[in-house]
Amino acid sequence: MKKVIMGNHALSYGALLSRSQVIAAYPITPQTQVVELLSEMCADKTLDAKFIKVESEHSAMAACIGASVVGARTFTATSAQGLALMHELLHWASGGRLPVVMGNVNRSMAPGWSIWTDQNDSLSQRDTGWMQFYCASNQEVLDTVIQAFKVSEQLAIPSMVILDAFALSHTYEVVDIPDQAKVDEYLPPFRPPFRLTPDDPHAFDGLTGPENYFELRYKLQKDMEKAPALIEETGQEYEKLFGRRLRLVEDYLCDDAEIVLVSSGTAGYTARVAVDDLRQNGVKVGNLRIRVFRPFPFEAVRRILKKAKKVAIVDRNISYGHHGIFYQEVKSALYGGANGRPLFGFIAGLGGRDITPATFKGIVDHTLAHDQAEEEIIWIGVKK
Amino acid sequence: MKPKKDVKKIVFQSEKEMPMMPMSIGSMLFNKTGSWRNIRPEIKLEDCLQCGICWKFCPDMSIEIENEWPVVNYDYCKGCGICAEECPAKCIVMVEERK
Amino acid sequence: MKKEKKMTVTLPLEEYAGSGNLACQGCGAMLAMRYVLKALGPRTVLCIPACCWAVIDGPFPHSSLSVPIYHCAFEAAASTATGVKAGLDMIGDTETTVVAWAGDGGTFDIGLQALSGAAERNDDIIYACYDNEAYMNTGIQRSSATPYGAWTTTTPVKFFKDQPKKDINAIMAAHRIPYQATASTSYPEDLVKKTKKAKGIKGTRFLHIYAPCPTGWKSRPEDTVKLGRMVVQNCIFPLYEVESGEKYTLSLKIKDKKPISDYLKLQGRFRHLKPEEIQTMQEEVDRNWARLLKKCEGN
Repeated sequence: MKKVIMGNHALSYGALLSRSQVIAAYPITPQTQVVELLSEMCADKTLDAKFIKVESEHSAMAACIGASVVGARTFTATSAQGLALMHELLHWASGGRLPVVMGNVNRSMAPGWSIWTDQNDSLSQRDTGWMQFYCASNQEVLDTVIQAFKVSEQLAIPSMVILDAFALSHTYEVVDIPDQAKVDEYLPPFRPPFRLTPDDPHAFDGLTGPENYFELRYKLQKDMEKAPALIEETGQEYEKLFGRRLRLVEDYLCDDAEIVLVSSGTAGYTARVAVDDLRQNGVKVGNLRIRVFRPFPFEAVRRILKKAKKVAIVDRNISYGHHGIFYQEVKSALYGGANGRPLFGFIAGLGGRDITPATFKGIVDHTLAHDQAEEEIIWIGVKK
Repeated sequence: MKPKKDVKKIVFQSEKEMPMMPMSIGSMLFNKTGSWRNIRPEIKLEDCLQCGICWKFCPDMSIEIENEWPVVNYDYCKGCGICAEECPAKCIVMVEERK
Repeated sequence: MKKEKKMTVTLPLEEYAGSGNLACQGCGAMLAMRYVLKALGPRTVLCIPACCWAVIDGPFPHSSLSVPIYHCAFEAAASTATGVKAGLDMIGDTETTVVAWAGDGGTFDIGLQALSGAAERNDDIIYACYDNEAYMNTGIQRSSATPYGAWTTTTPVKFFKDQPKKDINAIMAAHRIPYQATASTSYPEDLVKKTKKAKGIKGTRFLHIYAPCPTGWKSRPEDTVKLGRMVVQNCIFPLYEVESGEKYTLSLKIKDKKPISDYLKLQGRFRHLKPEEIQTMQEEVDRNWARLLKKCEGN
């Protein structure tokens, strides 16, 4: 059924169709409509869920974590200051392997107070172990919430569905709202292998020493590495049911492009308008819109940018003291092969696992023995 | 509580054996906290009133009731001395732990 | 052998707290947990933030309790418990009791906002605060639950804590929650009774449990139960219940109110106090007790 709705409501409909069971959220401009519509849906029983009107975003994420660990499907939404307030708990949800799905409206971080859009808020959280989807249309927002639940629950990794403030959150677009029965076909009920219950008592997330922490985080990374393939696979399944393919990235006219633009969010669609105009004038330009930022789509980015003579990366964000964040990450993805000296990346010492001179000697031995790094990440001392 | 069998500390050999998040899969009974103490309680049963106070106030559940009498579980007793202090019959004495 | 006689047992026999735990010798927090779980039984889940109990239970992959625990962030005990309860309701389990189990730090200070939020919403959880009167787990730093006059590692003797203990019960009463009570680990029958009563009530229920800490108070481990008794008998920590923020009921009438000095003498954290400082403290205790008696009038 087609409706004209704003981006925020696309999040609400996504949460509704995904049969979210517990929603705990705190209002913040420009997210308020997400939770207002959801609370109406809960009140009139359109959505069979508990809506907890928490007193802060930190409590919102804490409540989502509590509900998720007992096996309920949870959803929340926030923006900027609220997302920053939740920061500690973002680590908790990912380290605790809880598939919470959260909508984040990209809004500038204060000071000064700004309710308008940029991406620093969500990108500041890129290291927390959450998957991140940057959407460019209201349709994509709704579809992504549903896909995010499916991928998150399969991998036990939480997801953020991200949209630009006002450009998307408050902009009305035609959205095809899928049929509930079809969504049920795509997204089965949440059945975690372990949950908090007196029927099978366990203590979750307790004191973890250096002898165990490293392996747990290794497992999180390894499961995150399965995500790109799973996102593509579930994206194809989505196309079969709903006619829309959900991908890691969207390339437009890149095959013969001499310059490829790289961007994300609504800017990623604005770029296409420019590409069309420029092509009319004979400029061989293409557009790469990165939809999934975490996990980083290495293979897709390398493949699509391979033939470009020049790459122009546009960041609606900046990591102070360094550079725009998409720029940093695309640049690092493209490094290697004929493009520079071999770099070997090692992960060591997580959770306090000891790093000794012997650790470094082993690293040097490995580096001496290999011309190129054979694995993207080389883990030191993980009990495999 | 007496362990029913010899309970061991769990040591993982591989990440494959581990749950994906920190989730407990065993009790703490492998940890014989009896090794912490310097003094141990000894109950003189002849004077015991069976009042239940020592059982009630033991923070480590190390006084068990067996056949209606209190029995110290020396595997876990940390030697805090609460039982001796609270016993109304003064029939529990804290003695120096022997080697 | 003596003639056939049964052991007197005034509490439920079943244990849900286990040996091999990491509590210090003579730990009051351990007693508190033991008694509360006896009262609640196995269909209970605990949300435990950073506090001594985050460690006492034992490290991954072990646990010394027979009930499930979710370890949560420091300031989030009440909000996590709220989520747990909502989740359990949604998956069809309305029987399990959800308990937020926090120390005084995670209740009076960093966790106060979440607690106030849950209480204001009247979320259906039991919030149990075991109060050892400082941030003990991180090394005995002062909290707003630390009593006036106490040494802690952040209120050294020259600058001992010179604010009174925060009146958490008045704060909870202001939220008009259906039930709250104070308890002491030295009156376990009273604690069990109150916990069972709380279990049968819907809405936010708050238990404030006095839990002596030999390590932090510099008291003898064997004095833990004695201290818990003295603190009630001298009216520093009276035992009472409040319903809906209005009906105050004294649990134990104190006929022969003891002076506080005997209680203070047993704890190294008060050793530096001068007689005039003890007198100030005594006057405050007397005032608080008189105020409480007035609230309890007629009940």
